[in-house]
Amino acid sequence: MTPGSAPSRGRSAIDGAIALIAVLLIVQMWLLTATLEAFLAGHHGPALPAALLSTALFAACFALYLFIDRVDRASRRGP
Amino acid sequence: MLWREEFSVHAAEERYVTRRQFGKFLVLTSLGMLAGNVWILVRSLWRRPQAVAPQAIARTGDLAVGGVKVFRYPGANDPCLLMRTAEDAYVAYSQKCTHLSCAVYPSDDGKRLECPCHEGYFAVEDGRVLQGPPPRPLPRIVLERRGDELWATAVDVGAEKS
Repeated sequence: MTPGSAPSRGRSAIDGAIALIAVLLIVQMWLLTATLEAFLAGHHGPALPAALLSTALFAACFALYLFIDRVDRASRRGP
Repeated sequence: MLWREEFSVHAAEERYVTRRQFGKFLVLTSLGMLAGNVWILVRSLWRRPQAVAPQAIARTGDLAVGGVKVFRYPGANDPCLLMRTAEDAYVAYSQKCTHLSCAVYPSDDGKRLECPCHEGYFAVEDGRVLQGPPPRPLPRIVLERRGDELWATAVDVGAEKS
C-alpha cells in the first residue's frame, strides 16, 4: 500500500482525531478535579460554568468520534 | 500462502477497529467526566443548609491556656479540637486534615496544627494552610459561650457567602 493511499490518509486522520480527543479529555479531567475541589471547599459558583464547558468538551469529543466513524467507513468502502 | 487464506486476518483492518474502539472508549470517558460535572452542579443547586444542633463541649475552666480537648461535632464520627489560645480565647477546628483526612495535632509550641501524614500545617488562629499539601483551611467550629459553658453551634467550612 502506498503512503499516500486513501486508507493511509484515513488512518492519519483517525490518529489525529484520537489525539485531539485525548487532549480534550485531559482538559475535561482537570476541569472536573478543579470543580470538585471548589465544591468541597464550599464554593458553588464555578459549578455552572464548569458544567457548560464540560458539555462543550464532550460535544467536541463526540463530534470527533463521529468524524472518526465517517472516515473509517469511507476508508473501508474504498475509492 | 495457505495460512493466509485459512486465517484471513487483515492487520490493517484490525488496527482500524481497535482505533475506533479506543476512540469510543475516550468518548465514553468524556461522558463520565460530564456526568461528574453535572452531579456537582446538581448538588450545588440543591444544597440545603445543614442544620446541626448546638452542643455543649466544655466548661470554660476545663482547659488551661494552651490546653487542648478533643470533642465530636456535629456527629460521632467528626472529631474536633478545642484549644484555649489565651485567657479568654478559644478556637475549635475539625481534626480531619483537608488533604486526606488524617488527624491533625497541635504542635509543641501550640501555634500550629500539624498533619503528620504529609506534613501539612495549619494556623491555630484561623485554620488557614501554612504549608504542605492541604488544599483548604480546616473547617472551623463556631463557638458560643453560654454562662460558663462553651457550645459548638455550627461548622464553618469557609464557604462563600450566598
